[in-house]
Amino acid sequence: MKQSIKYISVILGLIMAGYGFADELNMPVGVTEISRQVYGLHMTIFWVCVVIGAMVFGVMFWSIISHRRSLGYKAASFHESTTLELAWTIIPTILLVIMAVPATQVLIAMYDTGGEDMTVEVRGYQWKWQYKYLDDDYNQTFSFFSTLSTPKDQIENRSVKGEHYLLEVDNHLRIPANRKVRFLITSEDVIHSWWVPDFAIKRDAVPGMLNELWTIVPETGFYRGQCTELCGKDHGFMPVVVEVMEEAAFDTWYAQEVVAAAVREEAMSKTFTSEELMAEGKQVYTTFCASCHLENGQGIPPAFPSLVGTEMMTGPRDEHLRLVFDGVPGSAMQAFGKQLDAVQLASVVHYERHSWGNKAGDITQPRDVINLNSGQ
Amino acid sequence: MSEAISAVDHDDHSHGPAKGLTRWLFTTNHKDIGTLYLWFSFLMLLIGGVLALVVRAELFQPGLQFVSPDFFNQMTTNHGLIMVFGAIMPAFVGLANWLIPMQVGAPDMALPRMNNLSFWILPFAFAMLISTLFSEAGGPNFGWTFYAPLSTTYAPDSVTFFILAVHMMGASSIMGSINIIATILNMRAPGMTLMKMPMFVWTWLITAYLLLAVMPVLAGLVTMMLFDIHFGTSFFNAAGGGDPVLFQHIFWFFGHPEVYIMILPAFGIVSHIIPAFARKRLFGYDSMVYAVASIAFLSFIVWAHHMFTVGMPLAGQLFFMYTTMLIAVPTGVKVFNWVSTMWRGSMTFETPMLFSIAFVVLFTIGGFSGLMLAITPADYQYHDTYFVVAHFHYVLVPGALFSIMAAVYFWFPKWTGKMYSERLGKLHFWFSFVGVNITFFPQHFSGLAGMPRRIPDYALQFADFNMVSSIGAFIFGFSQILFLFVLIHGIRNGKPAAARAWEGARGLEWTLPSPAPYHSFTHPPKVTDDEAHA
Ligand code: HEC
Ligand SMILES: [Cu+2]
Ligand SMILES: [Cu+2]
Repeated sequence: MKQSIKYISVILGLIMAGYGFADELNMPVGVTEISRQVYGLHMTIFWVCVVIGAMVFGVMFWSIISHRRSLGYKAASFHESTTLELAWTIIPTILLVIMAVPATQVLIAMYDTGGEDMTVEVRGYQWKWQYKYLDDDYNQTFSFFSTLSTPKDQIENRSVKGEHYLLEVDNHLRIPANRKVRFLITSEDVIHSWWVPDFAIKRDAVPGMLNELWTIVPETGFYRGQCTELCGKDHGFMPVVVEVMEEAAFDTWYAQEVVAAAVREEAMSKTFTSEELMAEGKQVYTTFCASCHLENGQGIPPAFPSLVGTEMMTGPRDEHLRLVFDGVPGSAMQAFGKQLDAVQLASVVHYERHSWGNKAGDITQPRDVINLNSGQ
Repeated sequence: MSEAISAVDHDDHSHGPAKGLTRWLFTTNHKDIGTLYLWFSFLMLLIGGVLALVVRAELFQPGLQFVSPDFFNQMTTNHGLIMVFGAIMPAFVGLANWLIPMQVGAPDMALPRMNNLSFWILPFAFAMLISTLFSEAGGPNFGWTFYAPLSTTYAPDSVTFFILAVHMMGASSIMGSINIIATILNMRAPGMTLMKMPMFVWTWLITAYLLLAVMPVLAGLVTMMLFDIHFGTSFFNAAGGGDPVLFQHIFWFFGHPEVYIMILPAFGIVSHIIPAFARKRLFGYDSMVYAVASIAFLSFIVWAHHMFTVGMPLAGQLFFMYTTMLIAVPTGVKVFNWVSTMWRGSMTFETPMLFSIAFVVLFTIGGFSGLMLAITPADYQYHDTYFVVAHFHYVLVPGALFSIMAAVYFWFPKWTGKMYSERLGKLHFWFSFVGVNITFFPQHFSGLAGMPRRIPDYALQFADFNMVSSIGAFIFGFSQILFLFVLIHGIRNGKPAAARAWEGARGLEWTLPSPAPYHSFTHPPKVTDDEAHA
């Protein structure tokens, strides 16, 4: 008997030690005040469970070991006790009330979204994130898309996987350290969910809804998360990468982006040469179109049509532009008017009409895109 | 002519089953229908299991190996749907069919023809659902929770078949539960008052009311989807003024009671088996009944704990956090009562008892992670990660499924008149027990480390946990072939079983010979204190 108690307590001790100290088995503590509080709640409720579990299973295994018929143990005949029933109803209730107090406090703190220093809108798309930086009047200053940058070769096991396999993007979100950043979360199509584990913030991106989150991160560095709501085929391939920068460095970057956005705005009224359009168009095509229509324009029929020598490529230009702008509802062809600006749209259409042997012989300028929409 | 009829009538009390296939097609006998339900659910368990193994094979290593991401989503979706609606629920209905009439001393179910219909709908519903996997555009791929608009505007065409299949499953469940309620309320033998009913009967009575309350909600939900997809409404389409979050409220108003539908009968089963092998009466019968009733009540006011991250107002979050935490109280009462039943008993550890003890331990672990998930701020970190996958598999596999296996072993001698091989049964238990823990325990860790659920490929830091989990899944999966073997071996070669096959078993069914005659209790039995649970 003594032997078995020793045995059990050693096992229990080992399990507890394993839980408490092996960091890679546990939730990350994170880097924000809130994430530390959440971690605290997690550990408290965990230990409450461990203690209750140890008591219940302890009694149970004691009974299993000693109250066996094979040891000649005769069954007792008791089968009720109001005192016990009351005790194990009331004591857990009190425990839960005690547990609810800190949980409520942390939740209230998490909901305190006011007094922000800056606001970023996070918009989910199948299957990428768009980040829009908003000014004090909630007007957009500039925005960009953030797409998985892990090469297909790594995903399909043709080359060695990198350190940040599936947790790396082409353009990451940047925020300043030590400032209260508010996020407005929404979606363009299905529901996604935006999560940065180290900040302990996660919120669903729901079409038609604007959810709020906030964080203050004291430490600079890169933080990685993922979409956590099933959003279709590439749900596993839309990571979240946030760089927290020194305030000064962030401000410099921010100012540069504002200027760059203004330059792009200016470009809308510029007239480009065919060569300029082809160069820009090739780049846009590679990033946004080649995954379905392929680099050589042949597509993967019947799912993704070929763009080589078809009627659309040499027919009326505005129809072509319209299709790319609005997409084809109910198909994988998205409305790129919402994702690309006029320069990008004009150049990609021009590129398609003059590549792979297509010879439309016309030219598409950004103002054609703008006219297309003002005319409607 | 009239003579012939009266001759048939006269024979009515003793005639056996019809011969051949028509016995199963047209049967109105509760034992036959129970058998049909049980074999059907076993088949679904195997199919759903194969889909799970496709998932685990793909997740064995990082990178895309065997299936495309879209097919992967079809596998997770149909695995969930088949296990919930095809394996667990029909298995419990099968057990109800076999046991409830014998346990309350009734000759059959109250509505035998409807009983036949409610079973025979199911094979058609699942044939239709599974057939979509072979269609060109593929089957449902939006998760078993089928959140809109992924399941409406963005769904493959097969979603319409899915909707019809869900309607059929719902109709079957509703008819089944009406039948169970009617049987329990009207057909108990004289002397069997409500507070003398066996626990399995009690838990099923409450479960049947839950089903009756929420299956129509599910039917309404899929009908709204159907209208959004085909008739131009915008219930869940934000662009048309609808609200995708409304979908989730309705779904989980059905979905949370649904999880109790899958666990309350399990509570009942374990409350029979533990006393039988502890050779001691169930501790705290009354409080067990009240605990089940309070769990059922609470299950209607906790649904939004599945939606803590959708962006509800603070007051809503707090309400659902508190009510969810409260569920731990009656659930705890049940566990404490089982342990007290074992305390100072005279225990033996045959296969049903092993499964029941594993149920209590592992279900409690699933309950603990449930309590952790109730803490809203912490839930933000756990939500939609593998921590949740671990949690609900702990309550559904070593929870619901183990209780079903325990029940099959426990009542096997009553059903077949034979004893299964205890050695093989125990082997099946140990393989299942080890397999289930190797599969699901590491998922707690991958979840805490940040691995989202429903992804076909993952970052490198999750690789070890996933490999272990996949190995466990194959062990668990293949040990169910052993289960099939134990059953067939028992039916063919088992030693004859006594009427009271387990010396500690109590209840009216054990007063019948083994196997139980095709028609039992055609005259109501006397309910003695010894066989009642009061
Ligand atoms: C996710 C896959 C996908 C991507 C990315 C994609 N397309 Fe498409 N595209 C399609 C599909 C599918 C169709 C056919 C739609 C239909 O008619 O049902 C299509 C059709 C088209 C057509 C019409 C072809 C015809 O002859 O009718 C054009 C033009 C086109 N896409 C241009 C583009 C451009 C430009 C881009 C990048 C900015 C792009 N696509 C990106 C899937 C894609
Ligand atoms: Cu996603
Ligand atoms: Cu729930």
